[in-house]
Amino acid sequence: MAKVSSKKKLSKTKAKKSSEVAGDSAVKKTEVVYDEEEEEDKEDFNENVTSEEEEEDGEDERRRQKLLEAISALGGKRKKTLGERSEAAVQLSEFSVNAEGEGDKINLSDLIGSMDKTPQVSAKTRKQLKTLQQSNRTVESPLSKQETERIQRDVAFQKAQLVFPLNQEAPGPKPMERVVTGWKARTPLEEEIFALLSANKQPIHDPILTPQEEVSMKAMSLEEAKIRRAELQKARALQSYYEAKTRRERKIKSKKYHRVQNKAKRKDFVKQFEEMVKSDPAAALEELHKMELARMQERMSLKHQNSGKWAKSKAIMAKYDEGARKAMQQQLEVNKDLTQKLVTAVNDEEEEEEEEDEGGDPEVLPDFVNDAEQGVDSSNPWMRGKLSEDPAEKETSEIVDLTAEEESADVEEEEEEEVKETEEEALLREFDSRRKRRQALIPVISLDDDEEEESKTAAEEEEESKTAVEEKEESKEEEESKVAAVEEEEEEEEEEGAALRVYKPLQRNRRDVSSRGLSLAAADTETSSAQLEETLMRIRTLEDTEELLMQEESAADEAPVPPPAAENPPPASQPAGTNKKRKRGIELKQVLTKATKVIQVPLAHTVEDAEDSDDNQEQRGLIREAFAGDDVVSDFLKEKRKQEAAGKPQVVDLTLPGWGEWGGTGLKLSRRKRKKFRMKAAPPPPRKDVSLPGVIISEKRNRSITLHQVNTLPFPFETHTQFESTIRTPLGRTWNTERTVKKISKPKVVTRMGAIIEPMAREELMKDRNQATVADRNSVNSGKRKRRGGGERDVSWRFHVH
Amino acid sequence: MKVKVLSRNPDDYVRETKLDIQRVPRNYDPALHPFEVSREYTRALNATKLDRVFAKPFVASLDGHRDGVNCMAKHTNSLSTLLSGSCDGEVKVWNLTKHECVRTLQAHEGFVRGMIVRFCGTSFFTVGDDKTIKQWKMETPGYGEEEEPLNTILGKTVFTGLDHHQKDAVFATCGQQVDIWDEQRSSPIRSFTWGVDSFSSVRFNPVETELLASCASDRSIVLYDMRESAPLKKVIMTMRSNSLCWNPMEAYYFTSSNEDYNLYTYDMRYLNKPIIVHMDHVSAVLDVDYSPTGKEFVSASFDKTVRIFPKDVGHSREVYHTKRMQHVICVKWSADNKYILSGSDEMNIRLWKANAAEKLGVLAPRERQASNYNQKLKEKFHYHPQIRRIAHHRHLPKSIYHQSKELRVMKEARRRKERNVRKHSKPGSVPVVSEKEKHVVTVVK
Repeated sequence: MAKVSSKKKLSKTKAKKSSEVAGDSAVKKTEVVYDEEEEEDKEDFNENVTSEEEEEDGEDERRRQKLLEAISALGGKRKKTLGERSEAAVQLSEFSVNAEGEGDKINLSDLIGSMDKTPQVSAKTRKQLKTLQQSNRTVESPLSKQETERIQRDVAFQKAQLVFPLNQEAPGPKPMERVVTGWKARTPLEEEIFALLSANKQPIHDPILTPQEEVSMKAMSLEEAKIRRAELQKARALQSYYEAKTRRERKIKSKKYHRVQNKAKRKDFVKQFEEMVKSDPAAALEELHKMELARMQERMSLKHQNSGKWAKSKAIMAKYDEGARKAMQQQLEVNKDLTQKLVTAVNDEEEEEEEEDEGGDPEVLPDFVNDAEQGVDSSNPWMRGKLSEDPAEKETSEIVDLTAEEESADVEEEEEEEVKETEEEALLREFDSRRKRRQALIPVISLDDDEEEESKTAAEEEEESKTAVEEKEESKEEEESKVAAVEEEEEEEEEEGAALRVYKPLQRNRRDVSSRGLSLAAADTETSSAQLEETLMRIRTLEDTEELLMQEESAADEAPVPPPAAENPPPASQPAGTNKKRKRGIELKQVLTKATKVIQVPLAHTVEDAEDSDDNQEQRGLIREAFAGDDVVSDFLKEKRKQEAAGKPQVVDLTLPGWGEWGGTGLKLSRRKRKKFRMKAAPPPPRKDVSLPGVIISEKRNRSITLHQVNTLPFPFETHTQFESTIRTPLGRTWNTERTVKKISKPKVVTRMGAIIEPMAREELMKDRNQATVADRNSVNSGKRKRRGGGERDVSWRFHVH
Repeated sequence: MKVKVLSRNPDDYVRETKLDIQRVPRNYDPALHPFEVSREYTRALNATKLDRVFAKPFVASLDGHRDGVNCMAKHTNSLSTLLSGSCDGEVKVWNLTKHECVRTLQAHEGFVRGMIVRFCGTSFFTVGDDKTIKQWKMETPGYGEEEEPLNTILGKTVFTGLDHHQKDAVFATCGQQVDIWDEQRSSPIRSFTWGVDSFSSVRFNPVETELLASCASDRSIVLYDMRESAPLKKVIMTMRSNSLCWNPMEAYYFTSSNEDYNLYTYDMRYLNKPIIVHMDHVSAVLDVDYSPTGKEFVSASFDKTVRIFPKDVGHSREVYHTKRMQHVICVKWSADNKYILSGSDEMNIRLWKANAAEKLGVLAPRERQASNYNQKLKEKFHYHPQIRRIAHHRHLPKSIYHQSKELRVMKEARRRKERNVRKHSKPGSVPVVSEKEKHVVTVVK
């Protein structure tokens, strides 16, 4: 019984093992084999049992049967019955489908067995299949579904990805016929060119290379390559032979040999040269130049002049040694040879020519004279043969350029098309320059109210005084100042121009950026400017808006005022390069207090004029009498000085009486104390009106104005001048002509009520582009197409009215 | 003695014909017209103020639905026609000029989930909660005729969205998968799935007409090409997108409205981060529609407001709300760029002006010129604090105002915390993640 129980145990462990391994099929197989062996063992075991205990045979037999059944149930092949779905499903899983004979191995012959029987299959495919059958290589398992899908998606995305602009042409030069379709040679010159091209087999149409070039482009054949190689080898060998020979010759120490050699060489050379003069004069000339150079060098150097160490030693010996004497003689000869001036045929001719030129023979003129006819057209500088223009002319042209530049800068979105200038526009331009001048002269001043009044009155008074003074008294100094001011203004203009030039690309950039929509919503930078200010207050009337601003003001009041001047941008018209100007600045005293020089101007009096001048003089006399007591100019100066004094920092006195000393009335502070406790502030930066004689600029921060001023440089601008230049240009019809106003104030996008705007069509993009390119090519100005939105992609809306 | 008399050449001031404009001699000498900057500034300030005073965007309210308006559709070639579908399955056709409903039909049982007008404008499609796609004639049936769909397709699952191809007889639906249907067939010609999630919205690209995009509930936006068998790409975000809209003028941009209160404009070529994050809403954004010029778009939000964003700016330029308007579910921009339509929970459709202060009706030439000039002035001086203050001022209802304030505080706190963490950790270990990058989880190929 004990054995039986042990058997049971054994079977249990087996069962365990088999259940453990049930998962993997490969392992399962081996496991199955193992099970069979075990079973055999068990049968042996059973035999033993039967031999030993036969009385309990019947019952054991039954048990054994049971056991065997159990074991076979455990170890045998268990067929998995996969669940099948009977109802219709939206998606069928690939795992739930099972076919007949699923587990069996499939042979290729099973699949293509019918091939042999069907006559339609070609011999080729049969052959292929046969080779496939023979090859023992296993086919790689296909990628997983997820992976294949991913690859498919990727490929599809690449395909679907749009490239804009849709029909981009390849950069670089294009063949003519692609650029211009239907172009024909019309002018005789063109025809001639084309005739030449075709005669020389140059490509006119698509293949850009000539036939020869194409041939050369093709690879060399083998024979050609071999021949070429042999040639190269030969050349190399010859070179090496020659090198060896020269080396050998150089090593020969015999002087006589070398002398003879040299002589022969020289002779040879002279002969060659003579020939060369006849056959190839250019080369001969070059040679001549070389010789000339050598001569020069020789003349400069002390090489063969017996002044070296060696020569000196020889000179000592020369008395006694004939060899030394000879050597020295030789040296000198060499020198003589080298420094001798060559007289050849070529040189002679030249000299003759020179002589003739110097002689000023009228019949023989220099070559360039023949190039152009002399004195045909005096107005044409090219015909006159002058190399430089009149300086005056140049200047005027420059000035014109300048003004033109200003114009273009002023009107934004200037179109390329040249509109014929009307008189009006010419006038406007003039005015524009005047305006600029005025702006330069009259600085926009931020003044306190009372100060403003004062300055106004002062200015008025000045005006009056001006009228009071006679015309002749319009001081020379003032003129000078004006001139200086004009100069300044010119300078400023230049600067402005530069600023604008800087600004334009900036603008373009900005537009680009906005069109790409790349940088604008940089949430951090633009938030403050773009964000709405949402409050609980409604605006219903204009008073509400005022109230809104009042709120803002009070808020600003409460908030600590940021330190002025340094951060604040300078006012609009403050000249950019103040430093420069200050150097050339006008001293106030000089300008205003110098006695004027009276210039007597002879006047051609007419009868009318006489009357007028009489009147004028009377008037002036009256005015002078009336304002006899006022010295406006000096008043103004006083005022200015007062302002300056007020602006100066005060000395802060921190002394406390009685500390460290006796206290009381009438006591003087000690020097030490004064030094220690009286603080002197650093002098302030120079005032802005230092160089402006008739102006007082207050440098105090004025809150009523700062509320309206931009206190930080807005985002796309890089310098104050850029921003200021945008603000300075007026847009209204008060300052611009009707046409300009229309052009300036035209909105970027115009939509009409009741017109459906369809989405951009692909064809339209193409069409638009083609049109543009055509227009560019022919420089035809198509009046219908209009650009909306400067840097935006050129888009024209289609309007369909219903 | 000579007597001085004024003498002028009549050619200078007499017009040649009656039709000519009166000649007004002008002197453009700048010395005669000083202070141009300050004068123009004053004009700009006045223009801005008047702009705010005249900003009355609300035009009309169309009421008649008996449940919340769930979807709307613009007519493709009639500006005065609007279709709307409500949560009780009713579809109404509106005449916008008369502000009245011209036709009502019971299209579905349950919600009308999506609606689109065919490109020719003769019929429209609706999908509903009853798993059907129905095609309806645009014309009102004659007297005695039954209101019946032209075509009904029974689907296997619920459809949640619908869009029609720009010029082919093909439309797309979304639900458990995105299906492409031929109008002639009752089964989809193509269906796309990617994962097991359902989709909330599908839109065809109006320019590259074979492309489409959809918003899935697994927080992703998926791009498809109708001609391909597999989807193209998807981007997974931190929160779910509710709907999206393509830019009708720039084919590669689309904007999606997200549950995280923001809208995201993507370039379909570079999905790894949005080009711009548009923030201002204080609750989930439910719908978005581009203006036909492609310069701006309008968004509808659960926070009971409609906002207008320039396409390349991170904040809204306009916010519309009324006391009675509840959660705005759908929004459309009219095809002539002048109006905005919003459908909301409280059964009303509202008609707004796209530019709040714009004058409706015919403008005299001088009026137009003046308005153009004012516009330019405002543009020129918009950096000036006073003008900006007035131009950007908007009234907000109390709840939204406080909520936005709260959100601002929260955001600031988060930023402060992040900054502090960065300050107290090893340099480089806490990288700065930009706002754009923050919201994208990954791009799946």
